[in-house]
Amino acid sequence: MSTVVFARHAMTPAERLRDAGWVAFVGLILGIPLVGLTTVDVGGRLAVGTRFGLLAAAVATVFAGRLLLHWALDQARNRKLARARASTATAADRAHGAQKAVMLLGWVALGASVALPIFYSDNRYVVDTATTVLIYVMLGWGLNVVVGLAGLLDLGYVAFYAVGAYSYALLSTQLGWSFWEALPVSGALAAGFGILLGYPILRLRGDYLAIVTLGFGEIIRVILVNWTEFSGGPNGISSIPRPSFFGLEFARSAPEGGQTFAGFFGLDFSPMHRLIFLYYLILVLALLTHAFVSRLRKLPVGRAWEALREDEIACRAMGMNTTNIKLSAFAIGAMLGGFAGVFFAARQGFISPESFTFTESAIILAIVVLGGMGSQMGVVLAATLLVLIPEFGRNFAEYRMLLFGAAMVLIMVWKPGGLLSHREPTVRLNPLGKPAAAKEAA
Amino acid sequence: MMLTMEGVHAHYGHIHALRGIDVEVQVGEIVTLIGANGAGKSTLMMSLFGNPKASAGRIVFDGEDITRVATHEIARRGIALVPEGRRIFPRMTVIENLQMGTAHADPANYDADLARMFAMFPILEQRQSQRAGTLSGGEQQMLAIGRALMGRPKLLLLDEPSLGLAPIYIRKIFQIVKELNRDHGMTILLVEQNANQALRVAHRGYVLQHGEITLAGTGADLLASPEVRAAYLEGGHA
Repeated sequence: MSTVVFARHAMTPAERLRDAGWVAFVGLILGIPLVGLTTVDVGGRLAVGTRFGLLAAAVATVFAGRLLLHWALDQARNRKLARARASTATAADRAHGAQKAVMLLGWVALGASVALPIFYSDNRYVVDTATTVLIYVMLGWGLNVVVGLAGLLDLGYVAFYAVGAYSYALLSTQLGWSFWEALPVSGALAAGFGILLGYPILRLRGDYLAIVTLGFGEIIRVILVNWTEFSGGPNGISSIPRPSFFGLEFARSAPEGGQTFAGFFGLDFSPMHRLIFLYYLILVLALLTHAFVSRLRKLPVGRAWEALREDEIACRAMGMNTTNIKLSAFAIGAMLGGFAGVFFAARQGFISPESFTFTESAIILAIVVLGGMGSQMGVVLAATLLVLIPEFGRNFAEYRMLLFGAAMVLIMVWKPGGLLSHREPTVRLNPLGKPAAAKEAA
Repeated sequence: MMLTMEGVHAHYGHIHALRGIDVEVQVGEIVTLIGANGAGKSTLMMSLFGNPKASAGRIVFDGEDITRVATHEIARRGIALVPEGRRIFPRMTVIENLQMGTAHADPANYDADLARMFAMFPILEQRQSQRAGTLSGGEQQMLAIGRALMGRPKLLLLDEPSLGLAPIYIRKIFQIVKELNRDHGMTILLVEQNANQALRVAHRGYVLQHGEITLAGTGADLLASPEVRAAYLEGGHA
């Protein structure tokens, strides 16, 4: 039935040419006054000039555009038809295809992110924005453990980000610790706060859990604002030391007894060196996070998180200690957030409680939900979108956030389960294909 | 003696759900617990599992007092529960669900146990990579039973395994219960609303009413008893 309908709509090449010819003719008629004739200033007087060359180009464009449009429409129609025919393909095949596509996407994204600073080595804006994307990717992966895998709705995730950032800021400015010394300690501190939050809310679920975590995020922020002697209050902490490259500073002139990065490698000093170094640093941190979380997912603890998300009672009936499972999810999620916070403080050189408002928690949660709960690759896509949309939207000035909101609504309408809602199984006993064969035999 | 409950009381908030329960299960027995909705059957099952804990009385499993032991510890001692409504992990695959049943088991047994489950429930092997939520109700029930057995329990608790299943699956489930007991020596405590079928497969049975045991006896005796017939057999189930 549908083939007949399509046949009536599909055009022969001759028909297409004729159609494009007519459209070009209409374009020509409209174009003579609009494009072909123009006013020129001849010695202070206006005279009519002609631009037939431009007109010819415009008409040719219309002609080619019309041909191309019809060709594209036909292609789209054919593809739809092919897909309708292919819908007999099994769910397993489709899942396998989706999984392969995601893998490919991951490698392309990895390649692009490694190569990015090479192509934009003198573009501060691009490298800076990419660094921001990667911070959110890392935060998204951290929160994914708590929300996506363990299913514990955490609206105060930014608190751990803040703990990490302030730990590094204080350890480095007060005690003179270096970035690499402070990183594990700050992560451990953030994990400790995760457990601190986890304990009182072990019995809470859903909405109630969300409210308490939201409150926890605010408590941390309010403490940072008001405990001036400790955190500098609303003034924040400034001149936080930047990370060095194995002891080499990114500075114009070497500190006493030290050497600069540019000096050591015999390069001319450029402020871009540090930015690119920071970019690769967060890239490495993010990749380590990814490897760590992916590995955990395949271990008993990761599977226990997922089982907890699915059904807590059943978990306990299986002999799983749900207390430990929840606390480990909170602690590991918090630790990853803390690492991201350390990096954030080191990159900015200045932090204040303003950076750790509820909006941040909401954005990180949006990244996890939009990406598809539990999907690592989804987080990357969503973080990229959520950072880039407001950036591209700068041209729209005050309508920027409107655009942002509209984009989020559209994603949720188009993909209610998130951008990548496919869940990758952690074990597979038989190679692919055998289950399908068994199904046919049944 | 596998399991002894002595004078067990349990509360859900202010509701006094169990009022002095005495139940015994011997090694190798199928014992069934029948009763109307709200009689306390599921509460009895859950308080055995420490959720809620018994407020009075004693529960002894395999010679050890487990009245005050944490839920997950009870499971580790060798009681497996197939919960009411199955409660499989819907977004995880069949094989992952089975794996979750081994949370506290010796990993060395895993391959053999998995093969055993697939032999017992061939449908699970065919569906192993499928999301458990996409299985039919009967298949999910088999998965829930398989998951419970993966931990090599000494005592299997089945809470309303026939609830909401097609008749063909109900027969199959009772068949499985019988086989597990006869061929594998599994001790089973079975809670059922389907009194007729349950009493047929059980060695002994208890009738629970308003949180108290009102009748006890062999399956055949209870099936023949006029009270049971009037209350549970002739009214609802044909």
